[in-house]
Amino acid sequence: MTAALLTLADSRLPAGGHTHSGGVEQAIAAGVLADPGSLAVFLRRRLTTSGAVAAGLAAAACRAVDDADPVAALGALDAEADARTPSPALRAASRQQGRGLVRVGSRAWPHPAWAALPTQPHHPLALGIAAATGGLTPRDAAHAAAYLSISGPATAAQRLLAMDPITVAAVTARLAPEVDEVADASAGALPAATDPLLDLLAEVHAARADRFFAS
Amino acid sequence: MPPDHRIDDYVDPYTPEHRHGGPLRVGLGGPVGSGKTALAAALCRTLGAEYDLAVVTNDIYTTEDADFLRRNAVLPDDRIEAVQTGCCPHTAIRDDITANLDAVELLESRHPGLELVFVESGGDNLTASFSYGLVDVQVFVVDVAGGDKVPRKGGPGVTASDLLVVNKTDLAPLVGADLGVMRRDSAAVRGDKPTLLISLREDPAATEVAEWVREQVRARALQTAP
Repeated sequence: MTAALLTLADSRLPAGGHTHSGGVEQAIAAGVLADPGSLAVFLRRRLTTSGAVAAGLAAAACRAVDDADPVAALGALDAEADARTPSPALRAASRQQGRGLVRVGSRAWPHPAWAALPTQPHHPLALGIAAATGGLTPRDAAHAAAYLSISGPATAAQRLLAMDPITVAAVTARLAPEVDEVADASAGALPAATDPLLDLLAEVHAARADRFFAS
Repeated sequence: MPPDHRIDDYVDPYTPEHRHGGPLRVGLGGPVGSGKTALAAALCRTLGAEYDLAVVTNDIYTTEDADFLRRNAVLPDDRIEAVQTGCCPHTAIRDDITANLDAVELLESRHPGLELVFVESGGDNLTASFSYGLVDVQVFVVDVAGGDKVPRKGGPGVTASDLLVVNKTDLAPLVGADLGVMRRDSAAVRGDKPTLLISLREDPAATEVAEWVREQVRARALQTAP
């Protein structure tokens, strides 16, 4: 583990993550997220589905840098990400965040591998390349992806519900062992877990005009 | 960075600010209700025939400002982009400008001849300012009704913006604001940087601000000339 991993997982990395709630904004509107208890349930649910998928894809993208044909490998992974993301709104949100991460990552860690990514790649792919070019391992990439699957949404809940930030930090911190578990289990695989609730929330949210968050 | 790579082998990561390609990007910031959207609409009306232009809006909530610009038929829909700011309008224009850069780049790709882009911030407080990674120059809009102490209170928008606009001078007698005090305090904290006291109600064309924007476009054309 190096400081590069801390940089990648830092919510202050200007990659656009702060404008995405990971379904939290709509979960609050739908009444399924209202307090610290339901936040923890929501985050765990996200971690074990989209978090696991992102972790697997990020680790695979990190490995793809060493592939004989990185362009083909990353193109195939991008298709795998699409296949694991049935909601068009979530696909768009992932690609939007991928683009943001490419912008900052390629300035932070210049490397030919960035050019092997498709334009507007899924976020986990950009994360994998950022990890590889930052000198990190596929397992590190998985950990960053798993952690980011809950850290951004937790902050969104804190903002939208004006929750006690210390409580939210505690909820996130207590999930750390599960984050590690999901990351380790996903780093060598491509999980295909889905959650129809998250897909539905994303689609309803995208159709709203009155929203603070992009997703 | 892998050990076999040296950062100097690649691009210079420390790209200086104020070096955007494409259109001049003008930030319009300031507190809620000071007249940012009205100024954006006025500038679009006045400058729309002279320049190929577009607007990015950063509403705190909904697409209110983008809808206002559309309703007033100031610009066609495909020249207005609204971004969501995740409850943090100041973050989106300063600390993490990703969503705004995406919107500017989308407008640039849609209109390759674009010469001028206004980026209107969500209404915020006196500490909000634009990153020069996002805009080339920035205008901070305050209004007389907010009290004649505002320029004295300072904050990055008031002290460091490239142009300070004090709007709604027509309200000065009604709210007991002293325009002379506002002018003097602004000059004291802003040094040589210009301040304009205007009333969009009395001058819906925002004549003086539009002229300042023209100067910025000309200055930049000289800077970037081959």
